[in-house]
Amino acid sequence: MTKLHIGEESFNCQDDESVLDALLRQDVDVSFACKKGTCHSCMLRCTDGKPSKKSQANLKDTLQRQNYFLSCLCIPEQDMSVKLPEQSELFSEGKVVVNEMLNRNTILLIVECHDVLEYFAGQFVNLQREDGLTRSYSISNTPQESKTLEFHIRRLPGGKFSEWVQDHLKVDDLISVSEPQGHCFYIPERKDEGILLVGTGTGLAPLAGILTDALSHGHSGPIHLFHGSSEQEDLYRIDEMRQLSEQYANFSYTPCISGEQVPEGFEKGRANAVALAKEPNLKGWRVFLCGHPEMVSQMKTQAFLKGASLDDIYTDAFHLSAE
Amino acid sequence: MSESLFDRIGGEAAVNAAVELFYRKVLEDYRINRFFDKTNMEEQITKQKAFFTMAFGGPNTYTGGDMRNVHARLVKMGLDDSHFDAVMEHLGATLVELKVPADLIGEAAAIAESVRPDVLGK
Repeated sequence: MTKLHIGEESFNCQDDESVLDALLRQDVDVSFACKKGTCHSCMLRCTDGKPSKKSQANLKDTLQRQNYFLSCLCIPEQDMSVKLPEQSELFSEGKVVVNEMLNRNTILLIVECHDVLEYFAGQFVNLQREDGLTRSYSISNTPQESKTLEFHIRRLPGGKFSEWVQDHLKVDDLISVSEPQGHCFYIPERKDEGILLVGTGTGLAPLAGILTDALSHGHSGPIHLFHGSSEQEDLYRIDEMRQLSEQYANFSYTPCISGEQVPEGFEKGRANAVALAKEPNLKGWRVFLCGHPEMVSQMKTQAFLKGASLDDIYTDAFHLSAE
Repeated sequence: MSESLFDRIGGEAAVNAAVELFYRKVLEDYRINRFFDKTNMEEQITKQKAFFTMAFGGPNTYTGGDMRNVHARLVKMGLDDSHFDAVMEHLGATLVELKVPADLIGEAAAIAESVRPDVLGK
């Protein structure tokens, strides 16, 4: 018999009993449907101990890396601590070290944070103001080395959070930072295969992080970044990306402008359309799509039809808060 | 007891492999792709997995009534035998591509064929 820990509580798991069955038997409310590993609705996260191989076999590699597992397929081989999806988020305290503009409407916010070992470039966190106002932002750097988290925050007219960040949040101020979330990040495997990065607006944030991560791991396959916006003024880090593309032979950078004014050195058109026109075949490629929800969903299908495997398409659609 | 078709065909791994091939074929087929929502791939993939699990005689919870209900909207859009035939065509081609033996393909096709009246609301 093994033990399952959820927060302060412990539950017994009998031999040959799955984590899901054990929790249901003891009246823990876990969502489930097929109990066969197909629907993924009973997915939980293991925070201590190790889920069985079988319970992770069909999950996305980035989910495996974060110890997610299918509770219906997991017969524990040892005691495990698990986290239910609806358990409230843990926030830690961060300190603002940089707050400046990257272009006319994008803020670069750098927050110093302890314990960022488990934060991967490209994931997102929730930032929270003292009164509880919360927004999600992607991590644009590799936090492990610097012990800081970098965010690109689009200043929106009437955007409560972004206006507050620009007008009131100062260096040395404290801000609450949630645990990292999302599965849009780089795993140092298949280093000789291609990576396609397509983003609009601040979709560059996770992509720049993933790019840095891949390059620092010595990724040798082609890495193609397409960053788009309607006007040149809304793109940013152009020089930095061009410099990187000169430094790394396998990295190419294509800034795209969908509006009328397209200066030399930029491609005319939407980032996803330009990318599709330039990439004949995505078989074996990892594809990362971040930014405008419509772009992300269209491009996901198109990348799939161009040969990318569904397991290799990572997305992060940025939805505006209605609040 | 003889092994189920689902196990003989390769279980969930076979389902996953089949879904990728099948879904690509379906999306590229102008005859039927309007019946498939292209905006929510996750949901579509879940549905395709359920479809293949069913076709392989594997564990699934679909009833004839469910089949009718979920396809009723498509029947209103004009879903008929010709579209069902096209799906059967892709099912067969997918399994051939995966080198599934012909007799097992026959079994899977027969199971899929058995839900035709429910899918088409007949």
